[in-house]
Amino acid sequence: MFGYIVRRLGLMVVTLFGISVVIFFLLRIVPGNIVDILFDAAGFVDPADKANLERELGIDQPLVLQYLHWINGLLHGDLGYSYVSEKPALQEILPRIPITARLAAFALLFSASIGIPLGVLSAVNQGSKLDYVLRVVSLSGLSLPSFWLGLLILMAGVAMFGSIPIFNPNPQTFGEMFSTWCLPSLAVAFRSSALTMRITRSSMLEVLRQDYIRTARAKGASEPSVNFHHALKNAILPVITVVGIEAAFLIGGLIVTETVFNIPGVARFLVEAIRWRDYPIVQNLVMLIAVVVVTANFIVDMLYAVFDPRIRYTD
Amino acid sequence: MVTINFDSELRRAGAQATHGWRKYIFLARRHVLGTAGLVIMAVFVLTALFADLISNYDPLTVDSAHALARPSAQHWMGTDSFGRDVWARIIHGARISLAVGIGSTTLGGIIGVIVGLTSGYLSGWVDLVFQRVTDVLQALPLLVLALVMTAALGPSLPNVIIAIAIPLIPVVSRVIRANTLALREQPFVEAAKSIGMSEMRIALRHVLPNTLAPLIVLATAQLGSTILTEASLSFLGLGIPEPYPSWGRMLSESAAEYVRTAPWLVIFPGIAISLAVFGTNLFGDALRDILDPRQRG
Repeated sequence: MFGYIVRRLGLMVVTLFGISVVIFFLLRIVPGNIVDILFDAAGFVDPADKANLERELGIDQPLVLQYLHWINGLLHGDLGYSYVSEKPALQEILPRIPITARLAAFALLFSASIGIPLGVLSAVNQGSKLDYVLRVVSLSGLSLPSFWLGLLILMAGVAMFGSIPIFNPNPQTFGEMFSTWCLPSLAVAFRSSALTMRITRSSMLEVLRQDYIRTARAKGASEPSVNFHHALKNAILPVITVVGIEAAFLIGGLIVTETVFNIPGVARFLVEAIRWRDYPIVQNLVMLIAVVVVTANFIVDMLYAVFDPRIRYTD
Repeated sequence: MVTINFDSELRRAGAQATHGWRKYIFLARRHVLGTAGLVIMAVFVLTALFADLISNYDPLTVDSAHALARPSAQHWMGTDSFGRDVWARIIHGARISLAVGIGSTTLGGIIGVIVGLTSGYLSGWVDLVFQRVTDVLQALPLLVLALVMTAALGPSLPNVIIAIAIPLIPVVSRVIRANTLALREQPFVEAAKSIGMSEMRIALRHVLPNTLAPLIVLATAQLGSTILTEASLSFLGLGIPEPYPSWGRMLSESAAEYVRTAPWLVIFPGIAISLAVFGTNLFGDALRDILDPRQRG
């Protein structure tokens, strides 16, 4: 087990290294840097000023050196400076993380608490009208773009309250809390709850066909006991995988939802930084996302061993 | 005493529907939702093909006198802030969604198959290298990777197709690799080897055709997500550039302002995206049930 964990951690480092290389060079294959953009906007400017600025930002150096400089800083907790605000990147990124993390946590909570029970319901009533309706609803969950869902929620807000809910970092009342955190996370969660529901359904169907379920019924166990105690317990493993991996991949939904609801989190910040070609911010944010994804995968793998005693990682 | 009507039982199980149109009618009856998905997809494709015939307005013509007009007999779905006809833009937008959907699925699929087949068939260090590259590409969510790719390549239709195709490669190559690994151990591959067939020929003639079913299932399942990703990219202003009528672009950020004043600008493009993706998802589900019964849920 220990050897396996060490090897897994080693692979994580290799993956993160690969991502850092891909992102760094990908961002720099595009012609034109921030200095060009700034100077284009200003019209004609002295080339000497331009060279000075490039030297100041360190973008006159060879790419490999720039890369090593970045990685060295990263390992020492120095993420460089934002080109746009000229503040340290860390200062720009850190305060935005809790906002996005909280939205993601709410979304995950909604996704599991809606998706798992509906998935069980659908599987238990396989082939019924209810199953049909739930399957169509879950497929629509995978089909609606979350930014459109967000816009529809805004529209409903206008119809009901005459205004668009505005982001309030310190909600006082329940209503404010609901519109600040719950509405956007519901827009994100619709998709992942649909996914959770589908996985729960198919995993439950597989388990419900097993002999031990028939045995449980034969010895007179009640329906809820069979469904939840005997079946769901064994069907939950693939669900954990999906929920765990979705936790990291929610960022896709968060990017568009934070944009729709005007929420100042890291996800929207990534889009802004990309538009501004604020490389230090973009590359650090992408690395942050990669670390979250890789860690989530690792945790899911470890949870497997915890939830299923048959799984033992050997060396 | 239970009497069994063998005839009706056999008909129900599709015993007579073994080939020709009977088979398709049988499948269509059995998979009503899938058929609905196929119809939606057909409408979507026909719309894209005959966009010029269906809409009587040009999607790019600016008519500021009629900006932000409500839906009416002249403009079925109203007009946008430049006075462009929303119906015409949605009809023409189908072309972009279809081009991106098919383009990136095909591109990602072909490269994924090559990578997966080579990786699974050759194994050894080639496999190891491909696997690590796959890990790297899979450690970033589809939208994030596509965002960075379009940022690097610049916003244009071919670039958007490439940007969405690349994140698909690991998804396809994983499945093909796993399949290839399993197939490699099959007796028919051993038989082919024993009669002296070359590795290349075995890979292409015997292994590849056997991975087609999961590949088709996967490609249909991915089609919807590529359309969604294009819509998201364009919505964020980093996908298809103006003035081309991409559904996501039509909903771009300014849409939040129109939520109050011009809801038709928000409702119709969203319906178009959702319907197209819903159709491909319905069809993809049914296709998976038919071609890959082991995965049936």
